[in-house]
Amino acid sequence: MSNQHTHATSLPDHLNPRWYRIISSWEFMLLIVAIAIFIVNSFASPYFLDPWNLSDATFNFTEKALIAFAMALLIISGEIDLSVASIIALVSTAIGYAAQFGVSVPMLVLIGLAVGILCGAFNGLLVTMMGLPSIVVTIGTMSLFRGISYIVLGDKAFTSYPAELAYFGQGYVWWVITFELTLFAAAAVVFYVLLHKTSFGRAVTIIGNNSTGALYSGINVSRIKFILFLLTGLMSAIAAICLTSRLGSTRPSIAFGWELEVVTIVVLGGVNILGGSGTIIGVVIASFILGMVTFGFGLLNVPGIVMSIFVGLLLISVIALPRIWMKFSGTSH
Amino acid sequence: MNHSDNNRQIEPAQPVLSLTGISKVFPGVKALNQVSLELYPGEVTALVGENGAGKSTMVKVLTGIYQPDEGQISLDGNAVIFPTSNAAATAGITAIHQETVLFDELSVAENIFLGNAPKGRFGLISTNTMKRKARELLHRVNADIDPDTPLRELGIANKHLVAVARALSVDSKVVIMDEPTAALSLKEIEELYTLIGQLKQQGKAILFISHKFDEIFRIADRYTVYRDGQMVGGGSIHETTQDELVQMMVGRPVDQVFPARKGLLGKEVLRVTGYSHPTEFADISFTLHQGEILGFYGLVGAGRTELMQSLFGITKPSAGDIYIDGQQADINSPKQAIAKGIVYVPEDRGKQGTIQNTPIFQNVSLPSLANTLKRKLLNPKAEISLTRKYTERLELRAAAMDQHVNKLSGGNQQKVVISKWLATQPGIIILDEPTKGIDIGSKAAVHHFTAELAASGMAVILVSSEIPEIVGMSDRAIVMRDGRICLELNKQQMTPQALVQAAAGIGNAA
Amino acid sequence: MIQKIITSREMILATAIVILVCCIAYVFPGFIAPANLADAFNDTSPLIILALGQMIVILTRCIDLSVAANLALTGMIVAMINTQFPTLPVPILIVIAILAGTVMGAINGLLTWKLDIPPIVVTLGTMTIYRGLIFLLSEGQWINAHEMSDSFKAFPRHEILHLPVLSWIAIGVTLLFIVMVSRTPLGRSFYAVGGNPGAAVYAGIDVGRTQFMAFTLCGALAGLTGYLWVARYAVAYVDIAGGFELDVVAACVIGGISIAGGIGTVIGTVLGAIFLGVIKNALPVVGISPFAQLAISGAAIIIAVAFNAKSSRQKGRLILKPQELKG
Repeated sequence: MSNQHTHATSLPDHLNPRWYRIISSWEFMLLIVAIAIFIVNSFASPYFLDPWNLSDATFNFTEKALIAFAMALLIISGEIDLSVASIIALVSTAIGYAAQFGVSVPMLVLIGLAVGILCGAFNGLLVTMMGLPSIVVTIGTMSLFRGISYIVLGDKAFTSYPAELAYFGQGYVWWVITFELTLFAAAAVVFYVLLHKTSFGRAVTIIGNNSTGALYSGINVSRIKFILFLLTGLMSAIAAICLTSRLGSTRPSIAFGWELEVVTIVVLGGVNILGGSGTIIGVVIASFILGMVTFGFGLLNVPGIVMSIFVGLLLISVIALPRIWMKFSGTSH
Repeated sequence: MNHSDNNRQIEPAQPVLSLTGISKVFPGVKALNQVSLELYPGEVTALVGENGAGKSTMVKVLTGIYQPDEGQISLDGNAVIFPTSNAAATAGITAIHQETVLFDELSVAENIFLGNAPKGRFGLISTNTMKRKARELLHRVNADIDPDTPLRELGIANKHLVAVARALSVDSKVVIMDEPTAALSLKEIEELYTLIGQLKQQGKAILFISHKFDEIFRIADRYTVYRDGQMVGGGSIHETTQDELVQMMVGRPVDQVFPARKGLLGKEVLRVTGYSHPTEFADISFTLHQGEILGFYGLVGAGRTELMQSLFGITKPSAGDIYIDGQQADINSPKQAIAKGIVYVPEDRGKQGTIQNTPIFQNVSLPSLANTLKRKLLNPKAEISLTRKYTERLELRAAAMDQHVNKLSGGNQQKVVISKWLATQPGIIILDEPTKGIDIGSKAAVHHFTAELAASGMAVILVSSEIPEIVGMSDRAIVMRDGRICLELNKQQMTPQALVQAAAGIGNAA
Repeated sequence: MIQKIITSREMILATAIVILVCCIAYVFPGFIAPANLADAFNDTSPLIILALGQMIVILTRCIDLSVAANLALTGMIVAMINTQFPTLPVPILIVIAILAGTVMGAINGLLTWKLDIPPIVVTLGTMTIYRGLIFLLSEGQWINAHEMSDSFKAFPRHEILHLPVLSWIAIGVTLLFIVMVSRTPLGRSFYAVGGNPGAAVYAGIDVGRTQFMAFTLCGALAGLTGYLWVARYAVAYVDIAGGFELDVVAACVIGGISIAGGIGTVIGTVLGAIFLGVIKNALPVVGISPFAQLAISGAAIIIAVAFNAKSSRQKGRLILKPQELKG
């Protein structure tokens, strides 16, 4: 052991060569799984490989993935937001309410984004200013935000939206490329840069590893966590606008249970649920995997609730399997 | 008092508990190296040593919290092992720990009997019996505490008495007391002595760990000295002196190991006046100069770390001022402290000093990340070269720049922490127990480097509980006790004796 | 001593409930008719039972979000058994319900204990799995009142001393928990594990095993409630008690159970559940839409957790001597 430790004068930059780091990564494994599912699906159903069908399939994950990017950062920093689906409900309700008065589409979008950011700020303030655990705070706001939707809507629904709003959830940028898919790609790039290429992203990872150590190194931990909650609110609002536009209606039960799927995407993408590590590439691949599986199940007429069993099993086994592996290979401590 | 005198006449033939050749290795440090310990019935054995000498590790081995890597434990002449804390307790070993391992939300009686409660009908805990027994035990330790009180409502001293009562609740052969008087008042200490006398009479073997020499000589019958994880001496307390014990604890002659220093002082860089905290320290005033190493000595819990963390912006003071280079400075966060050139190498390396599961270079570049950016984006190449520049000076031993910090030894982790701060080019560096828990080789390197920093014009505050480190390194030393400065010594006045006595509040220094 | 009792959070909560009830009664005197109060208590009974189970889980620094799904799956299992074997006596069904719930709770506990997976992830996962299993079992069909046997439906409604059995069970579980929590080693170890896990090891308590026991007990209670719920409302389908886990957590948090573990009482939890129950029952009476209930529980969780955090701020190590602090 000791002879492989060398003096700093001759210290190499990296322990292992780049190709080894790529091949041994979680993301590489995910990519192989994704390709395998793609191949299996294309054999299982003759409809799978049709470009329009594939394009349709992307709706299964783009909206959730938009939130998953922000959620990934939040979980990496050691926090969580279980209220994201309820933020969608509240944002959608706000847009629907405003649309009744003939508000223009740009204003509707602004209102939606503002409501989402406010929700995020509310979560963030409770967690960072009052030092409350984010799990409980967001379980509370999960009820509160959706509860406000219920107060506004009851068992009714908003169904009249300006025709132009439809573009966000139903529009195509070019050929089979939807607006949502474009948004997803853009968000992936932005979040990739934010997490992996900026000092903000570095601080997020460091905080998740050891928030005390981060504080002792001069990082403003509360401020960064607050920004992450804002960001999660913002991304939930964007997802809400897309979803509302796609469905063309708002009920208080909109996006019910999405928080679970968003967290599953994040964890499947290799983000450590306890914080400290994770990549955007992993989240992107995990989104594709879940999207394709949902689509494949759909083609085979498997009902949605059975799909959710699969999601639940996936969530647990993705975390459990490496731990079981560690246990039996004796490398646990 | 008289009873204990009588007891000394009886020379027991057999130790009730004996440990031989015990070793315990942690990543990067050998905490115990082939040490022995013998405890005799009806006698108090004092275990003496500096912080990090291996005393606490030994206690954990004795109580089944740690399993030794090698060595033998025998109880009444039979070889035993303690795989769990329950096994040790069942065998009749109880401990009063340094940190109170009690439960705030449970009542005093429940704390005393947790895991060992008297059972009544239907196998339920018999609350009345428990309370009655608790009252008896508390009475024995002269504690005027209602057994029904929730523990959280007690002060530290009373909590300690509850811990003592807990230790007495089981019929033990061996009682371990790890710095039991640290939080007690003089009156309570007297009562504890009486209690120890009673325990001796009952034939219990007592292991007594303390930094206070007066009490060691007052109540111990035997002593054992550990240093750097090894046993360096032991015998009857009557055949030794305080000087001899200090000599054994400290070991090597002081001035040989430490780097020679010129001690040229520059201008004043830091002045602290009337600095106080609501609960942790009060009325702290001192100055610090360029090129100076200022030692802070004191017992554990004297308030040194709390003071340093406040200077670094972690906690807010209630009164007092800080002047940096003659300018009054407001420091409300570590970020501001770093910007003003004050950096802090914390005692708790794992939690506060390093980000464990993270590459070396990301640790080192963390506070100076802004200087490595390229077009506002991260630039790992620049981070690595920055890291290389400072880790080379410190002779860091590692496998690669992206090796995770938790894979390094304690000494090398400390070098990472120091490199991190040097990269910010600070004017004042606070080292809090910088050599705690690291091996001798790395210790020397840290000492050498500390001297070099001072020589290069940096002002150094060295917080240490190791007397030779303070004496060997500092130009001046300040001793703290109970949250206050109780003594300041210059190089000539600085003797181990003076430091020990001031810290413990004994002799003419008090 | 008296001041201590008055300022205890149980007392504050009890006072709040009394004031709330008085306010409602002032406007709608019918609300405090004994029969109506008994009805309200009966409606709250499932929440009380589940909240007590959740309490011990939270005490050990875990959380169980799968309780409502556990309840629903157990309810479906016993309802289906009842339709297949209508002659099977109710006590056997109750045993089956408790067993099914225990198994589901034990699965949560094992994953937390043996694999060290964060409880929030485990139970978020099992929550959907248990719900999904109801669909697989029932193929999405409802089991309606006419398919259940009369004795199956009658048991929880049977009245003893003017109170239905369901209410008596809630009272019984409460009394049992008071004894269990204060008079058994296991009960005390829930507090020890949550209050100071490091020290619990010194006291010879296995932290993981204690958490496992909490999950298992919580599951058993969810199973029991599963039968009671389905029998009382005489219907079983996939979505029964949907989102009820939030009410359960809310009851605990309002009742003063610290989410950080180790702090809370049985009485507090029961009062927390009753507080929510009063609101739920009063909403239609005072003419507020029942749709407001979700928002109210959400707001109650947030206010309660903020209140808890404020009252338990950590103190320093207090190095300075007490007499110096006064001066």
